[in-house]
Amino acid sequence: MHYDLHKPQPPSDDKRWKLVGATMRRCGGDGRALIETLHTVQDSFGYLDLEALEYVAIALRVPLSTVYGVATFYHHFSLRPPGKHTCVVCTGTACHIKGAGELLTRIEAEFGVKAGETRDDGELSILEARCIGACGLAPIAVFDDEVAGKLDTSEALSRIHGMVDDES
Amino acid sequence: MNHDELLEMAETAQAQNDAYDHTIRVCTAAGCLSSGSQAVKYALEQEVQKRGNEHRCRVSGAGCMGLCAGGPLVKIDHDVVYRDVRVHHSASIVGELGGEPIRELRIDPDEPFFERQHPVVLQNCGTIDPERLEDYLAAGGYRALWSAVHERSPAEIIDEVNRSGLRGRGGAGYPVGLKWTTVAKARGAEKCVICNADEGDPGAFMDRSVLEGDPHRVLEGMALAGYAVGASQGYIYVRVEYPLAVERLQKAIKIARRANFLGHRVCGTEFSFHIELRLGAGAFVCGEETALMASVEGRRGSPRPRPPYPAQSGLWGKPTLVNNVETLANVPWIVENGSEAFAEIGTNKSKGTKVFALAGRVRNTGLIEVPMGTTLREIIFDIGGGIPDGKEFKAVQTGGPSGGCIPAEHLDTPVDYESLRALGSIMGSGGMIVMDETSSMVEVARYFMDFCKSESCGKCVPCRVGTVQIHDLLQAILDGKAPSDTRERLERYATLLRDASLCGLGQSAPNPVMSTLKFFAEEYDALLGSAHGAVAEGGDA
Repeated sequence: MHYDLHKPQPPSDDKRWKLVGATMRRCGGDGRALIETLHTVQDSFGYLDLEALEYVAIALRVPLSTVYGVATFYHHFSLRPPGKHTCVVCTGTACHIKGAGELLTRIEAEFGVKAGETRDDGELSILEARCIGACGLAPIAVFDDEVAGKLDTSEALSRIHGMVDDES
Repeated sequence: MNHDELLEMAETAQAQNDAYDHTIRVCTAAGCLSSGSQAVKYALEQEVQKRGNEHRCRVSGAGCMGLCAGGPLVKIDHDVVYRDVRVHHSASIVGELGGEPIRELRIDPDEPFFERQHPVVLQNCGTIDPERLEDYLAAGGYRALWSAVHERSPAEIIDEVNRSGLRGRGGAGYPVGLKWTTVAKARGAEKCVICNADEGDPGAFMDRSVLEGDPHRVLEGMALAGYAVGASQGYIYVRVEYPLAVERLQKAIKIARRANFLGHRVCGTEFSFHIELRLGAGAFVCGEETALMASVEGRRGSPRPRPPYPAQSGLWGKPTLVNNVETLANVPWIVENGSEAFAEIGTNKSKGTKVFALAGRVRNTGLIEVPMGTTLREIIFDIGGGIPDGKEFKAVQTGGPSGGCIPAEHLDTPVDYESLRALGSIMGSGGMIVMDETSSMVEVARYFMDFCKSESCGKCVPCRVGTVQIHDLLQAILDGKAPSDTRERLERYATLLRDASLCGLGQSAPNPVMSTLKFFAEEYDALLGSAHGAVAEGGDA
């Protein structure tokens, strides 16, 4: 792809790139803005694709290798699109002590997808969280954007079935 | 703005609050939100409206009330707290206002969980609406900042903090006054203050609760720090995993700027102080101050050797003060009430209080604040209510992946920096996980090493390789495939990791292993013994 280095154009005229541009300007428009910019791209588009990384690199005048380095260093950034539904299982210490490990194994087995991956049909992503910070209610999982605490396995499985099987 | 105007604002806010006969506060911190407190709040609002009481009764959100295990929590006026409130309770709660509290829902006011605590940092948490500046002002907020910038010199503020004996609440316990003095003395036209809100310890949610429940307090602490050390720019590095904290901070910064507690010419003086948010992106190592600064600068969170310390050359080479959320939240209280009052709380060397996130196998999980020097037994058995389901206490883990596991025979240890370190653990930021007989300590050690392995930034070899080696050995023990010299190798690698790593992550990563090896040797022996038996039988030694 060709870019005008003096006036880099976003990969498309999608309006969400305006948000990205605003973040770049707010944070100084150079390498200082890199992490904040990647946050905005991921918030707006759901993940970071190569095209986005290239654009960010050129717009902020940072080597693409650095952008890639930062995007892969931090757990929060994802280079692949998320599934239509997500289930995040907290594996923090309190949840671990209360059986989050077994919970995760059961979910992986039931839905045929490993933690950190998305099912082939793109319907469901299973993710691990280091700690959600609601340890008083361990074990915890987040189903789409809904946090549920004091979970038992059957409740968790039926909630995911509810999300995934709804439309099919 | 002059002092009278500030007082007037506070008084108007107080009068507004007093105009209501009753205030119903619903905990809308992360724990209770997950238990459905938003729906309860809505139901209570509807109920108040239905009865036409909205001018006499106010329903508001509030920060963490502490007892997360009993969520959703609802506080009526100042003294009655209800637990496990559901939507269908709203009619009776509103109906009984001013009458006898509902016995089935009410938490006994003499319950040691509340009675044994000593709120300083959490003073306003759960009693004010975190989204309203007026509430914070009515509770005496920003008075410390106002008096500092108008009536006291930066040196006096540093002196006050110095004399209070406040030590860093992020883990290491470095004297705060000393750090401030170093930054104040450092040469540099521009200086920065960073608030470390990258609470990465799994099993810790103290900072989250403070940020969500009382965000202005943290801003005020930062502004005071900025005034004292001569900084005009502040950054809050907050975890992106805490969306509610981020939202409340953004709101609070905007409101505080409008009211001139932040921004140009704070409170009408020559002092200017700006605060920006920077979102962490999920890297435990960014809790280390040099890695954190790299991340604020937009780079990978790799630590660098110190010196130079951030106080001399930090963010973009400027002298930088890095303090954690809880540390900064203590500052307004100290400036307002004086260092003597603060130094009266706690022990000889550890002053003040400490907030802990109590979780795991304990009855009253939640957020607590106790004077330093409280014993582990008091925290777990009195405040925490002991171990549920008739199980035996086995160990308590403090300090997260950098801390250690403390067994039953040391339950009478007072909680302070030195005593915990003597046991091979650390105070850490305040995560406290209780374990009962069902937990295998070798498995717990493996869990933490797995965490450190995946969080190691990879810059220095001892940490990058050492964490993997130790993890694999622990896994082998659990799988019954450990080689015969496992124990010696574990100890050798752990020492190497501790002594040769670049930053705190690697240096403290062996703590969970070392402490379990020391206190729970029999569990290692049992697993190793059976493994070697099995290997010997297989004829492969």
